[in-house]
Amino acid sequence: MSGLSLHCEFVQQILTGFIANEVRKTGFSRVVVGLSGGVDSALSAYLGAEALGAENVLALLMPYRTSSPESREHAELVVKQLGIQSDVIEITPMVDAYFERFPESDHVRRGNKMARERMTILFDHSATLKALVLGTSNKTELLLGYGTLYGDMASAINPLGDLYKTQIRYLARHMGIPEIIVRKAPSGDLWVGQTDEAELGFTYEEVDRVLYLMVDRRCEIPELIAAGFDERFVRAVLAKLQASQYKRRLPLIAKISARTIDRDFRYPRDWGK
Amino acid sequence: MNRHIIALAQINPALGDLERNLALHEKTAEEAIGRGASLLVFPELSLTGYFLKDLVSSVAFPMTSPILGRLRDLSRRIDLVVGLVEESPEHLFYNAAIYLSMGEIQHVHRKVYLPTYGIFDEQRYFAEGGRIRTFRARVGRSAILICEDMWHPSTAYVASLDGMEILISPSASPGRGGLEEGKFFANARAWETINRAYAQLFTCYVIYANRVGYEDGACFWGGSEAIAPSGEPVAKAEYLSEEILVVEIDPAEVRRARTVNPLLRDERLDVTLRELERVRREGVR
Repeated sequence: MSGLSLHCEFVQQILTGFIANEVRKTGFSRVVVGLSGGVDSALSAYLGAEALGAENVLALLMPYRTSSPESREHAELVVKQLGIQSDVIEITPMVDAYFERFPESDHVRRGNKMARERMTILFDHSATLKALVLGTSNKTELLLGYGTLYGDMASAINPLGDLYKTQIRYLARHMGIPEIIVRKAPSGDLWVGQTDEAELGFTYEEVDRVLYLMVDRRCEIPELIAAGFDERFVRAVLAKLQASQYKRRLPLIAKISARTIDRDFRYPRDWGK
Repeated sequence: MNRHIIALAQINPALGDLERNLALHEKTAEEAIGRGASLLVFPELSLTGYFLKDLVSSVAFPMTSPILGRLRDLSRRIDLVVGLVEESPEHLFYNAAIYLSMGEIQHVHRKVYLPTYGIFDEQRYFAEGGRIRTFRARVGRSAILICEDMWHPSTAYVASLDGMEILISPSASPGRGGLEEGKFFANARAWETINRAYAQLFTCYVIYANRVGYEDGACFWGGSEAIAPSGEPVAKAEYLSEEILVVEIDPAEVRRARTVNPLLRDERLDVTLRELERVRREGVR
């Protein structure tokens, strides 16, 4: 679909400019990124290296004992291709220690814990190394709420948040990310055999077409149905969008004072930067 | 003979930092002077940055303020169009652009159309300007229309009938949408259409100074340009990068365009006024 095609040269230039500009405004010159072996974090790392130089990107690989060896291989491939620094920090001891108390926990609960464990490691390195955490959430998963709040959704700046998964692949290919990473089935790798599309019940290409029309083009539901989209599918996507709205906002603050953060105390984040 | 050299400052101002931006204006002016320009046009809110939100009142100052001293001094060496937040005696805050020459403010334009939709929130923070006036500038009879003003053709139409030969448009346009294969931002393409159309329809020069840089993730796309009264571009800055674009304009081009295409001569102000009055009486809004 034409609306999802991408002028990759311009987008790359805008995103690398965004990283360089927003990182330097904070007085930092480096970024730290969690590399999962998937295409999203690979793209963030590529953009970061292009924006700031390979020497200013630190990749952290944070496998759990059930993580697929292939994920690790692909993350290492990115590290090697970019010539960036990396470290491997196993999260198995921390995660397992916690779940000794809650052995009955299901894989969703465990998966969320892993995502948040990784977040704490990234932000620990951020403060220690004066490196901003580079986000890896794309627009599709942000809109669907398909991510862990304060886990993989957490970052300081996110160059990918306005690109649908379909567009992530276009840009990834344009930037020369190995095809084996671009083509593989997307997975949170939070339990063995997990794939995003099986869990969501539709493919990214299908949902991106609907999301693009719904969000970017402001199409109403009847218009989408008239255009030939399956009504149940469209309504399911809308339900996910609504149900996850809280994940895209700061926590609600009960208003007491004359001036409340983010209600009537409104300053740009780049205030004085 | 009467040609003028105009510089367009495609700069990246710091958000809410007057001191840093003053220094940037001075540095830019020195370069423009060095390159022979007699007029330097800065983008919208060039002294303050754009997405100010609650910072508006903190960066506002009256036009009598000593903050303008350094720019007044500079304007003895080069004419300046500078974007700022003007605080009126009534303490209203205007998104304004001033024309400085020979140490004096010779014209103030207060933005008339304040976009308040999508990513814009200007009516929340600014008071609306209510005047569209041309003024005599060194380069010719000019009007300043700030960014969104340009999206309302009535502003350029009024200025045209008020004698406009040079349309100066300071802008802070964040790029959005349309970055599809082979295409730049959708709104940038629209801007380029507007600039060319106005130049041609009002047989005037269009001097469009847009900024670059990022504020809270939004990207200002640059692409500043000067369009001749024929509708043909004179020069265009790069997208997305800082640049001082220096162009030469020739008032004879205005004459030539108006001879070839006497649109201004044939303009029917009486018909327009009558029909506007009727629309105001009977129209849908």
